Amino acid sequence: MVDMLSGLLPPELWRLIVIVLQIVAIVLPLLLAVAYLTYAERKVIGAIQLRKGPNVVGPFGLLQPLADGAKLFLKETIFPSGANKVVFVIAPMLTFILALIAWAVIPFDEGWVVADINVGVLYLFAISSLGVYGIIMSGWASNSKYAFLGGLRSAAQMVSYEVSMGLVIISVLVTVGSLNLSDIVLKQKETVWFILPHFPMFIIFVVSILAETNRAPFDMAESESELVAGYNVEYSAMTFALFFLGEYANMILMSAMATVLFLGGWLPPMDIAPFNWIPGIIWFVLKICAVLFIFLWVRATFPRYRYDQLMRLGWKIFLPFSLFWVVLTSGVLVAFGWLPGQG
Amino acid sequence: MIAALIFYMFAGLAVASGVMVISARNPVHSVLFLILCFFNAAGLFLLLGAEFLAMVLVVVYVGAVAVMFLFVVMMLDINFLKLREGVAQYLPTGAVIGLVLLVELAVVFGGWAFAPDVEALLAAPIPPTDQMTNTEALGRLIYTNYVFLFQASGVILLVAMIGAILLTHRTRTGVRKQKIYDQVGRTAANSVEIRKVSTGGGI
Repeated sequence: MVDMLSGLLPPELWRLIVIVLQIVAIVLPLLLAVAYLTYAERKVIGAIQLRKGPNVVGPFGLLQPLADGAKLFLKETIFPSGANKVVFVIAPMLTFILALIAWAVIPFDEGWVVADINVGVLYLFAISSLGVYGIIMSGWASNSKYAFLGGLRSAAQMVSYEVSMGLVIISVLVTVGSLNLSDIVLKQKETVWFILPHFPMFIIFVVSILAETNRAPFDMAESESELVAGYNVEYSAMTFALFFLGEYANMILMSAMATVLFLGGWLPPMDIAPFNWIPGIIWFVLKICAVLFIFLWVRATFPRYRYDQLMRLGWKIFLPFSLFWVVLTSGVLVAFGWLPGQG
Repeated sequence: MIAALIFYMFAGLAVASGVMVISARNPVHSVLFLILCFFNAAGLFLLLGAEFLAMVLVVVYVGAVAVMFLFVVMMLDINFLKLREGVAQYLPTGAVIGLVLLVELAVVFGGWAFAPDVEALLAAPIPPTDQMTNTEALGRLIYTNYVFLFQASGVILLVAMIGAILLTHRTRTGVRKQKIYDQVGRTAANSVEIRKVSTGGGI
């Protein structure tokens, strides 16, 4: 059937159709995952605080995210009178689009990737470093003190933590010898999951992605107690919903990145009978869920950092340590002749 | 065909956003157009097959440098009307400088000559892309033939950074800074004193 269809259409058109279908096959489950991540967050935090969480709309409150979405959709979009309208509208769209396009290079299973590009890791890094624009633009365009302060804080924070994140990624890349995400996972199949040799880097990476996605305890950009809601305080209805979706999609993306870099992507924990019956994508999703649980767990457990302590942690502790680890990794690889591309 | 169309799209947008950078009234819009320009330049690199350079351009220029620009421009309290005031007055000077630059460029390009073996020189150290990704090719080139130049550029950046810090750093009085080392170093022995207080006597 598929062969017959592909014979009928010109090859370029057929490729276009396939790519569009692939995009839909990623974006729809992603949006569903975002909706139920908000539900999971409220349930997990509820359980940690000995509450029930949402339990009214639908069985076990399962329809709660849909109800929230419908509510946001029906509300009025308000433009503050002093706002710079064009930038004000572009900012949430940018946040949302960036959270989606990064998924193009994530390998869900062996060969299950939309764009298997050579520089996959750099692409992810570039996209995540662009995330700051949505926040800083919304903060400026809102023409409000709280939003502006939130935007500035977030910009400084994301730029600081990117540096140590980059070094963490470099120490993994040096071990693999390729910037392709599938190659990184396949290398972990040959050796071990990188969480074992690079355990301190995994810790730094997880803390850095908390800071990079502006999540508690580093949610300085929207600290309710001082900035009301930070950069998105002037946004309402769908413009707010886009920020919200973008933030949660980014959380899932960063968890996927941690999974690919450190937890062996789609690989089963051991390549023996009961584990390798389960398809790779299930393992991939399970690992993402495990990392996401850390996000929720941390949010319910830790108080918010103070801003100067956040900067100190990023620049004075993570940066020197990850730099040291890059040197150590390269040293070990050279000393034992494990350097990729040498043998 | 499609590649040519995409090239004209990127090139056209790059030039158009470059023009908007200098003509936009609001400096924040200028920086945003600058970012758009960087993006299109990255697109052109991609069309050339230089994917590593394209990504690095986005990471470094868009992700870090332009954020700093935006930061500074947003914090500046600029009176746009005042900025426009002296345009007629400065226009002749600007035009003269522009003309001089144009003549200089014309002189340089007029006398431009390629070495006869330039193609061979360019192609020699770079293996074809089907044998090696251009990230690897670039790495091999930078860290072998050009390692000293690479190190020198790193040192120059370091010196610039130290200079910037030195120029802006000043010791302020009356600031209470958190001294983590002292805090962690405190023990019960040097911070708590236990006294026997007699009833009704006080210390």
